[in-house]
Amino acid sequence: MNDDLQNLELSEDEKKLYEELLPDDINELSDFGAQRRHFLKLMTAAGGGILALQMLGAQEIFGHPVSESAMSELQAASIENSVKVAFRVNGSGKSLTIDSRMTLLDSLRERLQLTGTKKGCDHGQCGACTVMVDGRRVLSCLTLAATCEGKSVTTIEGLSKDGELHPMQAAFVKHDGFQCGFCTPGQICSAVALLREAKNGEASYVTSDIRSKPRSLKLSDDEIRERMSGNICRCGAYPNIVAAIREVHSGKEVAQKWQFVSENTKQIVRIDEKIKTIQ
Amino acid sequence: MRPFKYSKTNNVNTATQMLTVNPTAKFLAGGTNLLDLMKEDVERPNELVDVTQLNLVQIKPITNGLNKGGVSIGALGNNTDLANDAIIRQNFPLLSQAILAGASAQIRNMATNGGNLNQRTRCQYFYDVTMPCNKRAPGSGCGAFEGINRMHAIFGWSENCVAVHPSDMCIALVALDAVIKVQGPKGEVRSIPFVEYHRLPGDTPEKDNNLHQGELITAIEIPKNNFAGKSYYLKVRDRASYAFALISVAAALETEGTKIKQVRVAMGGVSHKPWRAMEAEKFLVGKIADEANFKLAAEAEMQMAKPLEHNKYKIELGKRAIVRALMQAMNGQKLNS
Repeated sequence: MNDDLQNLELSEDEKKLYEELLPDDINELSDFGAQRRHFLKLMTAAGGGILALQMLGAQEIFGHPVSESAMSELQAASIENSVKVAFRVNGSGKSLTIDSRMTLLDSLRERLQLTGTKKGCDHGQCGACTVMVDGRRVLSCLTLAATCEGKSVTTIEGLSKDGELHPMQAAFVKHDGFQCGFCTPGQICSAVALLREAKNGEASYVTSDIRSKPRSLKLSDDEIRERMSGNICRCGAYPNIVAAIREVHSGKEVAQKWQFVSENTKQIVRIDEKIKTIQ
Repeated sequence: MRPFKYSKTNNVNTATQMLTVNPTAKFLAGGTNLLDLMKEDVERPNELVDVTQLNLVQIKPITNGLNKGGVSIGALGNNTDLANDAIIRQNFPLLSQAILAGASAQIRNMATNGGNLNQRTRCQYFYDVTMPCNKRAPGSGCGAFEGINRMHAIFGWSENCVAVHPSDMCIALVALDAVIKVQGPKGEVRSIPFVEYHRLPGDTPEKDNNLHQGELITAIEIPKNNFAGKSYYLKVRDRASYAFALISVAAALETEGTKIKQVRVAMGGVSHKPWRAMEAEKFLVGKIADEANFKLAAEAEMQMAKPLEHNKYKIELGKRAIVRALMQAMNGQKLNS
């Protein structure tokens, strides 16, 4: 630790934070460098000083709660161009003070601990960050959180109800609609929104008759592929993703193309291995 | 991303004044292009004025004036709603098709109609801040002119810039003779014919369009036409979906018997601005609507093309795309399958 830093006094903000975080130590708080060093060490260990508070939330870092009001006051003071925003996430109201630059994606992941939504390219090219805002699928990486005032956001964490998977989630599991799983939350949010779009008769580039009045559509596999083109899967699970969506969209069971290894198959494999060993 | 002040307003006058008071501020609508460019440090506004709360979202028939029988489209509605509007699908299916050929469902849900027009004409050299680009840094040179220019312009470029306008929606709008309504900071309004809105690069490639600082697009008007039964938007790209056009063609016909009464042809992926294929149109008026004439029209248009080192393929591709789009238009919008 730099000697100059040791001789600095704690700022008002820092004192306040110290009080919140370590109430037992507050009486011993002095202007001596040792205390300052102790404080800075805590902050640094927690992952990057004052900034860490904005990024991670003090509750997470220090393991004991800090009052919301203290947090927001501290943040407002330490955040450049701070914006207050209130919106609903998966049905519950959230109020945040954020840097104007913060995207919806970062506020979900870094401030609200909803890490299901993934950061892929962060440039609107991969679809991994897809969430629904007021029922429509959008890219959270290109949405400023500040623009979400009063809106209702649904993420992958908000799809299941009463411990039951959303039918689209269940279908992705059944049809093995993923390999590494990184794109999956975005794929599923996108697919759930797609169901509603088809129901509303929204057209796509491959819809054969654009001019006909919008009505509930039965989607072909070509339609599903076109409508899901904003979600990239580098593992190439596309055929299985299409199968999962087709099943939920059509309401008709689609046979899964894979199965767990049976006991019988396992034995055959074991015998094969034994033969190899003998040879 | 550089720090910026976030402001918002639900009043058009206030919005336009805010951009006049602070000339380095920008309007924020869908943000799908602007935020991306800010992350790349290409766009550097010090203030964003969020205009998404302005009441400019309606799509309504025009009942009087010059464009009577046409449609007025609010600038701040989103691309999905526009493409799926019943009036647009019925009377201007070319526009629906073009919008749906662009971007992805997520982006169309976010992107606004005015914002689509104002997305930057751009290429990879514009995005890469380590490369020269006259559009991003005037005077620094054009990286693409002697660099990798497979995706670039064949019409109307200058040595200062060879990038193309990436919008699909704008190709349909220029074909349909749309008019852009804008409002300035003193409340003054003006109408800009679509074909005059975007610019060729010339010596000022940093300017994509003729909007003045502080002016806001409030609406886009499309005059009535008789193209609905015979129009088609063809997009040719490297992958089946979610990619920029190598070439796209918006084609619309009105026939009388076997002859062409009126025709519109516009091209994307070929120029700094949405390209109206006037030579092809001029050739076709009064001719019989058949493949032979479509081929001659395509030849007439493409003979003016000046390809770069890596995009000579766009000449032949452009010809075939014009013919195919016109043939498809004659069959209505239905896809060959």
